[in-house]
This record gives sequence, C-alpha cells and structure tokens, in this order.
Amino acid sequence: MVDKIPILKMGKYLLLSIQVDMHDQLALDLQEDLTNQIVKHRAKGVLIDISSLEIVDSFIGRMLSHIANVSRILDAKVIVVGMQPAVAITLVELGLSLDGIATALNVEKGMARLEQMVADDELLELARGEERDTSAKAGD
Amino acid sequence: MPASVIAELLQQHERELLDEWVTAQRLAGIRTDLVDEETVRSNSQELLKLLTVAAAEGLDDLHSAHWTPVKGMLDRLSRSQSRQGFTSSETATFVFSLKEPLFARIQAQCANPVEVLWDASKLLDKLGLYCVESYMGSREAIIREQQESMLELSTPVVELWKGILAIPLIGSLDSNRTQIVMEALLEKIVQTESDLAIIDITGVPTVDTMVAQHLLKTVTAAKLMGAKCIISGIRPQIAATIVHLGVELGDVVTKASLADAFQMALKELNVRLVSATAR
Amino acid sequence: MAKKEILPLKQETDIVLIRQRVRQSAEVAKLGLVSQTKIVTAASEIARNALIYGGGGECVIEDTARNGRSAVHLVITDQGKGIEDINKAMVDGYTSGNGLGLGLSGAKRLVDEFAIESAPGKGTRVELWKWR
Repeated sequence: MVDKIPILKMGKYLLLSIQVDMHDQLALDLQEDLTNQIVKHRAKGVLIDISSLEIVDSFIGRMLSHIANVSRILDAKVIVVGMQPAVAITLVELGLSLDGIATALNVEKGMARLEQMVADDELLELARGEERDTSAKAGD
Repeated sequence: MPASVIAELLQQHERELLDEWVTAQRLAGIRTDLVDEETVRSNSQELLKLLTVAAAEGLDDLHSAHWTPVKGMLDRLSRSQSRQGFTSSETATFVFSLKEPLFARIQAQCANPVEVLWDASKLLDKLGLYCVESYMGSREAIIREQQESMLELSTPVVELWKGILAIPLIGSLDSNRTQIVMEALLEKIVQTESDLAIIDITGVPTVDTMVAQHLLKTVTAAKLMGAKCIISGIRPQIAATIVHLGVELGDVVTKASLADAFQMALKELNVRLVSATAR
Repeated sequence: MAKKEILPLKQETDIVLIRQRVRQSAEVAKLGLVSQTKIVTAASEIARNALIYGGGGECVIEDTARNGRSAVHLVITDQGKGIEDINKAMVDGYTSGNGLGLGLSGAKRLVDEFAIESAPGKGTRVELWKWR
C-alpha cells in the first residue's frame, strides 16, 4: 500500500494528484504534510487533482474542507479539480457540498483559475497599499 | 408409484399422445401467423421426451436437478413467445392442452386412475404456471429495456457554443428521469470540458418538490466538478410552486428564457457577439 | 449467483479492502456507475462508524438478487457499546464523536434499503441493499 502522496512544487504553487484509494491515516498524513509544505515554500496556491478518485466519502470530504480552511489562514488559495460525475452525485446525496472550496473541471482550467485568483488577490493588496500610502501622505 | 406410472405411459404411448396433443393445440387455436404446425409438433415432441425422462425420477419437486432440462426448454419457449407477441394464455395453453390426451390415457390404462390423475394434474399445472412466470419475466425485461432507451432518447444534451451546454427538458419529470438527465448532463460536461450548462425547463408542465430537489442536486454536483449551471425557462406557475413549496434555490442562477441564459453564459466566457451590419 | 464473503474489520486499511470488494460485487450485479459509487461510499461510511465507534467487527458482502433484480447485500456488524437513541443518530449532523454526523443518515440516502439494529451494550448491525 502507498504510504505517502507526493506534493510537487511549481513556482508559487503546490500540485498534488490523489491516485490511490486512500485509507484514513494516509489522508491525515497528507493534510499535515501539505500544511508544512505551504509554510515551507510560502505557496500562494494549491491544486488538488482528484480525477482518479473513485469515491469521496465524508472522511475525505472533511479532509478537503480542512485543507481549504487551513490554507486560507496561511494565505494560500486551494482548488480541487477533476471530480468525477458519479462521485459528485454521491457527495451531494450524502449531504456534503464542500462549501467554500473552489473547483475546476481539469488541471489546465484549475491552474488558470488559481493564477487568476492569486493575481486578483495581489491586485487587491496593491490597491490597498496605495490607499494606505495616499492616506498616510494626506495625514502628514 | 404414480411417478413411474406416468413416465411409463408417456414412453409407451408417445406417438399417440403427441398426435392427440398437437390436435388439442390446433383445436385450442394455433397462432398460424406466428408459428407453423411443424414447429408446434417438434416443440411438443421435445417436451414430451424431456418430460418422460424427468417424470421417471419423481414428480414432487420441480426444483430438483432432474427437472432442469424441462424447465430450461419451457423457459426458452416462453421467452421467445413473449418476444414474438404471443399472449400469456396462448403460451400456457401449450402445456395445459396436454392434459386431455394424457388424462384419457391414464383413465384407460390405470387401476387407480384418481390418484395418478391428481399427480399428473398437479404436475402440468406447475409447468403451466412456470411458463407464465417466465413469460412475464421476459415481458418485464422488455419493458425495462424500452423504458431505459426511451429515457436516454428523451434527454439530449446539446453544445450551444464551445464551453456551453444546454439540456432542454420536455414533458413531465419524475425522479427516475431527472436522475438520468442529471447523469447525462454531468457526463457531457466532463466530455466536452464545458464550464457552463443551461438546464431549460420551458417544456416541463409541473415541478414538484422531488424534481426541484433533483435539479438543485444537479446544480450542486456540477459545481463540485467545477462547472456552473443556469436554470432557464421557469414559467410563472412553476416559480410560484417553487416558492410555495419552500424549496430554497440558494445561489442557483435562474433566467426567464433560454436566450437570456445563453446571453449570460456568453458573457461569463467573455464572448461578445457583434452584428455584421453595425460598422 | 449467491456468493457470500466475510471480511474482517479490525483496522483502517480493512475499510479500503471492503470498499474494493464492494465495488467488485457491484460490478458483478451490473449496477450503473453512479449506483456503484453510492453503495461503495455507503459501505465506507458504515464501516468507519463500526470501526471508530464500535471498535471493529466484520462485513458480510453477498451477491444476490432482489425482486428479480441483481443486487448487492451488505451486513456490517460490530460488538461495540451500541447506539442509545437510533432516531437521534439518524438525524443529519448528529454525532457522538467528532465526525460530521453524516455517516448513518447519508448512507441511508445512498442505498435502496437500509436497516439498523442496535441497543446499548449489544453492538450495532447495519444492513444495506442496492439493486439494479
């Protein structure tokens, strides 16, 4: 059985593709590993590809939500891509809608969306910075 | 023993029984438009032979192994008859019409006919019912197949633009159909990598709570996959029903017409349509 | 047709094995892809409950038929402390541990027939059916 899910670093982003049927401990390890990597690489975004996952139960759903929440605190955007239709239908029926998690159809679209989200954020920061500068000047 | 008596009778009088049985079937009415007498005869002969072998082993338990060949033959026959368009009573008559010739033989040949008659009657009744059962089973399978193919036919998913799908729903929706619609749409989203899907319900006469829930689930599932759904063509009565039922549409995007929804979808994709004459 | 298999449920990796065997069984029953995913997910939820709250037990997977349709039949049992109030446990969001409280109620929505028997100190037995 696989005992670790590899996390790849690409520029400001971290990429991971879950391709095995995860047992619970593996999911918990991944959660911790990913959090450490975000801090270590000061990642701005995380892309999680689940196109090979045949099921997502409440445990894995909870892991995804947890990753998204922790990443938000660490100022990294998370996007989950490639969920299979059967998995999506089942999750909805189960009662899990993974609110607040960004999604995309495939890795390509997901990456574009992630870059967009990070760029929007930087613009916002920039605008705020300028606002502060001008107000600081006005205060002089 | 009645079992061996019947088996013996069947064996000794095979020719006469066959002739009389075919005659009985002819009198009961053979569907000459579907089957010729030659086939009826060969079918009857085959069953008679199988019956002789099986009866010698005991009549009581049709589930025991020595009855399998007889059941197999009746199964095949009933199934093919149900597909060819025979009625269930025509199918059962095949077995039941053996009663008259067989009973006549028993009456003529046996010392204690009542007991043997009773056993033979029980046996033929069971076999007749078995025929009806396999006939019905086959009918149900046909109905199921047709239902499935009809559902697939009635839910076409079309691509309006690169990245925009539409599914025009027509006719009443039940949960089963809505479920199939939902699956077809989501599959197509993955296939065509479409970011937007328009579910048009202009042709849907009524929406009940179940259907509204299913539509909502489809929208949520699409969102989980990374696509956005727009519901269009909600008629005034349906809008009123949805509000009345207390179904929470949440952040689902709705538009009055398919055209409006399409326009919005194009906008989402940053596509602008310009009239060729307006220069 | 009627094939029965008993799988142990003692550790987390057993859940993965149960998921795989249920998937195979669902394929044998010729269930559609969505139905397959639903029964596998339901099995995963119930098995995890039995492991975490019931201290483990076993899972019986049976390839069978129901009303003339091929079916998957699962029975997941544990010898744990049982459930005090089943009605309460079946409500969305209720949990005695730290889960999401969707296991039982969610699993029920995913299958065609669901039965649960439990009493304090007597363990829990959950029966799941999914047919074609």
